[in-house]
Amino acid sequence: MNEPQAKIEAALESQGDEYLTFRLGEEDYGVDILRVQEIRGWEAATRIPNSPEYVKGVVNMRGSIVPIFDMRQRLGMEVRPYNKNTVVIVLRVKNDRGERNMGVVVDEVSDVLSTQRDRIRNTPEFGGGIATDYISGLADADDKMIMLLDVDKLLNQGQQTESENEDAA
Amino acid sequence: MSIDMAQFHQVFFEESFEGLDIMESGLLNMDPGTVDDEEINSIFRAAHSIKGGSGTFGFNDISSFTHIMETLLDEMRDGRRPVTPEAVDVLLRSVDVLRDMLAATSDDGEVDEERVQEQKAELEQILNGKSGEVATDVAAADATAQPVEGAEIKPIGWHIVFRPLPHMLRTGNDPLRIIRELAELGDLKSEGDISALPALSSYEPEDSYLSWDLHLHGDVEKQAIDDIFDWVEDDCELIIMPILPEGEPEVATVSATAAPAASEPEAPVVQAAPPPVERRSKKDRRSSKDRRTNNRRQSGGSSGGGSIRVEISKIDALINMVGELVITQSMLSMLGEDFEMDRLERLNDGLAQLERHTRELQESVMQVRMLPISFTFSRFPRLVHDLSSKLGKKIELKMTGENTEVDKTVIEKIGDPLVHLVRNSLDHGIEMPEERLAAGKPETGTINLSASHKGGNIVIEIRDDGQGLNRDKIEEKAIEKEIIDEDHNLTDQQIYELIFAAGFSTADVVSDVSGRGVGMDVVRRNINELGGNIEIESDPGKGSAIIIRLPLTLAILDGQTVTVADETYIVPLVSIIESIQVKADQINRVAGKGETFKLRDEFLPILRLHKLFGIENPNASSLEEGLLVVVEGDGRHCGLFVDDLLGQQQVVIKSLEANYQRVDGISGATILGDGSVALILDIPGLLRLASETGADSAAKQTA
Amino acid sequence: MASILAVDDSASMRQMVSFTLKGAGFDVVEAVDGVDALSKAKGQSFNLVITDVNMPNMDGISLIKELRGLPAFKFTPLLMLTTESGNDKKQQGKMAGATGWIVKPFNPDQLLATVKKVLG
Repeated sequence: MNEPQAKIEAALESQGDEYLTFRLGEEDYGVDILRVQEIRGWEAATRIPNSPEYVKGVVNMRGSIVPIFDMRQRLGMEVRPYNKNTVVIVLRVKNDRGERNMGVVVDEVSDVLSTQRDRIRNTPEFGGGIATDYISGLADADDKMIMLLDVDKLLNQGQQTESENEDAA
Repeated sequence: MSIDMAQFHQVFFEESFEGLDIMESGLLNMDPGTVDDEEINSIFRAAHSIKGGSGTFGFNDISSFTHIMETLLDEMRDGRRPVTPEAVDVLLRSVDVLRDMLAATSDDGEVDEERVQEQKAELEQILNGKSGEVATDVAAADATAQPVEGAEIKPIGWHIVFRPLPHMLRTGNDPLRIIRELAELGDLKSEGDISALPALSSYEPEDSYLSWDLHLHGDVEKQAIDDIFDWVEDDCELIIMPILPEGEPEVATVSATAAPAASEPEAPVVQAAPPPVERRSKKDRRSSKDRRTNNRRQSGGSSGGGSIRVEISKIDALINMVGELVITQSMLSMLGEDFEMDRLERLNDGLAQLERHTRELQESVMQVRMLPISFTFSRFPRLVHDLSSKLGKKIELKMTGENTEVDKTVIEKIGDPLVHLVRNSLDHGIEMPEERLAAGKPETGTINLSASHKGGNIVIEIRDDGQGLNRDKIEEKAIEKEIIDEDHNLTDQQIYELIFAAGFSTADVVSDVSGRGVGMDVVRRNINELGGNIEIESDPGKGSAIIIRLPLTLAILDGQTVTVADETYIVPLVSIIESIQVKADQINRVAGKGETFKLRDEFLPILRLHKLFGIENPNASSLEEGLLVVVEGDGRHCGLFVDDLLGQQQVVIKSLEANYQRVDGISGATILGDGSVALILDIPGLLRLASETGADSAAKQTA
Repeated sequence: MASILAVDDSASMRQMVSFTLKGAGFDVVEAVDGVDALSKAKGQSFNLVITDVNMPNMDGISLIKELRGLPAFKFTPLLMLTTESGNDKKQQGKMAGATGWIVKPFNPDQLLATVKKVLG
């Protein structure tokens, strides 16, 4: 078991407001730790034809087929080649039809952040660059600022409308 | 002890629905006039069980409704009532109503009270009709048996003379038990009478010779005493007399005497307690009250969650396989504990065994999903019965291969398409009786519905001996609807297949039987979605047939692995006609019409998979370098251009939608031997994708 | 512990009877019709038999007749499950050798009371 995973286990037991934090370039992000299913190294995925750029493909996760998204591309950031630190965080995503497992590729996993609810601040308006819709709040950790991602909004959006279109077709 | 009866509801509903199916098919088989004993018995039994169960589990509406049906069936069974077509029809409709009542109760839905009452009235009308003496008799008996209010004086106890007849012990009744029960009611003094004991020489050890003179003191209803003697009233002589307070005369009620000569004068009788008839009507009042409360209470119990009934033999097979697997596994782990190279052979053997067991286990698990197609076929006798009388046609339905097992999903999804096809045969295929006679055919038309296993597929056929398809009418309509050009040169067979084109109806008048022509294209799409295909055969004047081929299971698919650049895809074998390498002179490029190639006088469109799927750097960029897989989907053929073919293999189908979404041209995914994922091509979807993207505007040609 | 043979072609009724009796500590063997019951009765003795009347293959009345003819069942209480309208059934049952009956519909408490009464 690697270090972040051990921390996850510990965090799961304490049931607090805890976030798994990861890095994309110079920025720190966090996702609700209760949503994290698995952290795995990057391995080639099977490409899905005619899918958006950020969809890297599907992989076999213990017998089920799980899609992998590139977080940088999803958030509209510059693409960077994957390296040995690149990891895939498999998240449980909810929508009105149930729950799905999806993987996101991030530069590296950094830490588990425990924070009080009242220390999370609302998202200020950013100057365009990043889609703030996906960010549920900001948390201070030492002298870093961590953007907390709304996993459901981030990973359901775009797809929802696509499948609705399909249904209508 | 309180037992939650709700735990039995699910089983009750399941068996009741099965019982209804038995009743329905039995009723349909019943030949008016002649009654087949076994047939009517099984119908009666089904009704009887539903009545008993619904009463026990508190579904009183269902119980009282079924009771009327049962009464009617009972009279038919005993030959007291003739089996008429009208009575059968009423019973069939009652089966429908009952099915709805059960479904509504099981799903917590609303019962259509009005319909139930109407149907009840219809049943009662039949019941009270010409040969309904029985019902009226009962009513009359009820009327005359009004309780005669007896003396107002309340007895302070009962004097009971209880004389078991010799055979009583051989009914399993123990006089001592009866006395014990009496003692529970009040203060009992008993005196045994052994005067009847015979001399030892004539003593029969199995006979009972004792009798008792019993005084029961206390505030005891006579009914309670009657209840205790209920089982033995024919097996004993019994006198029950009230013990009245001082000064009142003692009178006896002779409850029963089993003396063969029953002509004894009915001794002084005073109705000191209400007679049994009164008791029954009290019960009825109570149950109607229960009914109302029950209706509100009947919740929970049955969420329709997809459950499946599995034969025990299949489960046993599974358990056996798991057992084998466990043995192999422990053998392997022992081998691994201190492994040395000289045991390599044993390791290999063990692994081979493991592989075999895993495969067998997989097959056994797949078996669990298999159900006999009779689940789907069983609705057709009724459908044919109802529709043929509606249409004024004479039609016999023959079914074969009902026990053919198919995947549960097929059972669920094939029903509607089959109904559509059978209706078509009834409506358009089979002619009116006079037309048939005029054509020199038997008056009664035949529809054959069959299912069988053929070479790894399930084949379902609907074959009729009707008039066949009208080629000219189809052609005319197709031209009118601009599905084909006037100067087409299609074969008859290709014309027939046009009925699968969207928006096609050949009925002169749209009837409410087969409905508008929305059907056949939808039927074909449904079948394609199940991974199958559909074919039509027609012989003018002699009949037509629809042949449906479906994969044995939807969880596994026979696939052909193909590659384009470094990507691997699976093409379902069922879609593949052949694979060819084309020569330059077969290829035809038409401006604006895309690429086609000529295969045995037919021009087929070419779909380049790398273009459709945006695959970069295919190994074969010119058509002569790669391979064309000739595939069929939705009745259209085309050549799918790929780099190379790898092996054929069975793959387990996994859903892409479970965690992602539907993808055009892809029907699912599978996991290959090395753990990587390969996508499974959806050929009809691929063809649609191609026409949408304009990569294939020639596809229409072979539609 | 008393053993009881419960015979009914209806699975829900059989389950209810069997569950109730097992809950009260009886050993219960189930049979789906008269033929099944008879073959089970020949292999094992029972303190009580409770049988439905209307069943395929062999009905309850014939079963009772057959059982009563077996030496091991000469004195065994044989109860049938009848409906309130089944007066001739009761008579037929008695003729065949039935001990008594339990009138359907019945609830688990009534069933237990009757069984306890018969088994003493």
